[in-house]
Amino acid sequence: MIKRSSWALPYLIFMIFFVALPLVLILVYAFQDGSGNFSFENVLRFFSDSDAIATFALSLEVAIENTVLCILIGYPAAWILANKKYNRSAVTIILFILPMWINALMRTLATAELFNVLGIRLGKGTLLFGMVYDYLPFMIYPIYNVLNKMDKSFAEAAEDLGANPFQVFWKVTVPLSMPGVRSGILMVFMPTVSTFAISEFLTNGKIKLFGTIIQENINSSMWNYGAALSLIMLMIIGLTTLISGDSGKAAAGGAAI
Amino acid sequence: MDNVIIDLQHVSHSYDGKQVLDDINLQIRQGEFVTLLGPSGCGKTTTLRLIAGFLSPEEGSILLEGKNLKDVPPYKRPLNTVFQRYALFPHLDVYDNIAFGLKLQKVPSDEIDKRVRKVLKMVSMTDYEDRNVDSLSGGQQQRVAIARALVNQPKVLLLDEPLAALDLKMRKDMQIELKEMHKKLGITFIYVTHDQEEALTLSDTIVVMDRGRIQQVGTPTDIYNEPKNSFVADFIGESNILNGLMIKDRRVRFAGYEFDCVDEGFGENAPVDVVVRPEDVQIRKDQSKSMFFGTVTSCTFKGVYYQLFVNTETGYELMAQDFRQFEVGSRVGLCILPENIQVMNTERICNTFEATVVDENHVEFLSYEFECGHADLPAGSKALVTVSFGKVDLMDHQEDGMIAGEVSSILYKGDHYHITVLLDSGDYIYADTQDIWDKGDLVGVNILPQDINVARADD
Repeated sequence: MIKRSSWALPYLIFMIFFVALPLVLILVYAFQDGSGNFSFENVLRFFSDSDAIATFALSLEVAIENTVLCILIGYPAAWILANKKYNRSAVTIILFILPMWINALMRTLATAELFNVLGIRLGKGTLLFGMVYDYLPFMIYPIYNVLNKMDKSFAEAAEDLGANPFQVFWKVTVPLSMPGVRSGILMVFMPTVSTFAISEFLTNGKIKLFGTIIQENINSSMWNYGAALSLIMLMIIGLTTLISGDSGKAAAGGAAI
Repeated sequence: MDNVIIDLQHVSHSYDGKQVLDDINLQIRQGEFVTLLGPSGCGKTTTLRLIAGFLSPEEGSILLEGKNLKDVPPYKRPLNTVFQRYALFPHLDVYDNIAFGLKLQKVPSDEIDKRVRKVLKMVSMTDYEDRNVDSLSGGQQQRVAIARALVNQPKVLLLDEPLAALDLKMRKDMQIELKEMHKKLGITFIYVTHDQEEALTLSDTIVVMDRGRIQQVGTPTDIYNEPKNSFVADFIGESNILNGLMIKDRRVRFAGYEFDCVDEGFGENAPVDVVVRPEDVQIRKDQSKSMFFGTVTSCTFKGVYYQLFVNTETGYELMAQDFRQFEVGSRVGLCILPENIQVMNTERICNTFEATVVDENHVEFLSYEFECGHADLPAGSKALVTVSFGKVDLMDHQEDGMIAGEVSSILYKGDHYHITVLLDSGDYIYADTQDIWDKGDLVGVNILPQDINVARADD
């Protein structure tokens, strides 16, 4: 008779090797100099590296812009999808999910090729287009999920109390769908900060994001500095999660699509 | 009737092709407490939603103080609703929930404050202003929901099964409070419920509905004492419902005996339904004063009285109430007074269907080609088919029947069950049987060729 708790063993081993160990390695490498001695040099170097800081600032800016664009496009899309009056079939929802079945890298390459054919110059505009294209579904789902599950009697109650459709939307629907928006933000903002492939392909390497720098450092065997930068990024992501407070729950709800 | 506030004229409505309301005509007077009562799916909630404006009627019109509400959206109607699940806004506290409507109307904030406090006091929820609505109990949420509706001073308050989610004790208390609120405010209440006792307790007028139609409108005592048909009699309170035969005015035969009654105007030898409430089946100690005799088959203590089932010598089972206990198996004398016999028109005496003759041995109705004994009509002609209730055979498995359906209601008639089956084709067929079925049972329906009577349809 095997004890119930031992069923978790394979997962535990997996977690140790593929989650805990890499994290420990990042920590170890980040606080080592080239010859293996303990040092704060790598972390401190970031704060004196104006290039790295500028890239970091740009990454944050792009991430914020991408998130805002995703909300502006994603919320109305989710609202229409969740509204039985406009969308009666599950097919439309599948159409939104469909792009996610194709590898993001391939989609990005295809987008780059498309811009090439159309003769559009690659730059920040194309970068943002690619990002929104890649991350929009992650904004739509959690919002759609919340809107779809929302008890329609709330909207009816508001209407009954004298709210016109516009007021119903702003005073009831939007506030009640905030958990979905919060988890959408988490699912879009955090990965955007660390992305590097999209910026490389859609700007021809002209715009470097924070993820790009980490990748470059590691590619050129600068393991220690790369690890320190990764650590800083992890801290930022951790911070965003903490700031968004109770959205951990919402994210779980949003992810369970 | 010049103080009619809400007037429903020939209102019909359907969902996905299924008729849920069929030609509803109803007038509600200013200040009345009206209850729409019926089993689930009878159309009562749809009626309420039509009045509130969440649905618009496919046919007919709804008038508020003489004005057609057709193009008036819900937010412009001077009506407020208390929802079944309360629908309190979870992102607002108690105060802001109640003030929601007033803020939309741009009422000055000191006025809002005054009115919110007043309704909170009325529903005994003072000191709860800042509470999160999710932290309130069901009964408290209910009170806030009522306060939220009343604070807007609506002309009509619509209540959609507001007490259904509360436990029995709380429900009884809230019933009393609602009744007092209604008396104090003087506004019209339209209340939807499936609980007949609640309807009898609260209402000035009860509207009994079934299958999208109004079965009877009347005061609680009217509805209870003089049900118009067997559905109303069965749905309101407990009753013995039996097939009867009106021999002549003031003389009716049922349960194998003849009785004097007070009803007239049914004609001679007319089939009728007879209702006798269990408290009106009197058990006589002095057997010489009895009208007929029976054997007690069960005697159950119900608190104030004993509920008895008595088998008459003619083979009918009657339900009776008495404050004395009787031994099971004992022979008792029974008596029913003329004024306690309620005679009603029977809705139907046999199944009747419109049919098409296929050939001389086949006739098509209910979307099925039945074999019949002999159809003396040319092929393709219209015919009227009748099948008596007792000849409709119900099968345990749908696939064993010629046509399939679902048991939609059961009526006990003393010596048999009268079963209503909703067929897959959307039609109803009625069967008399000794077998016990449950509502929702899936059944197959068979009819033997010799039991199908085909007659020429009168154009």
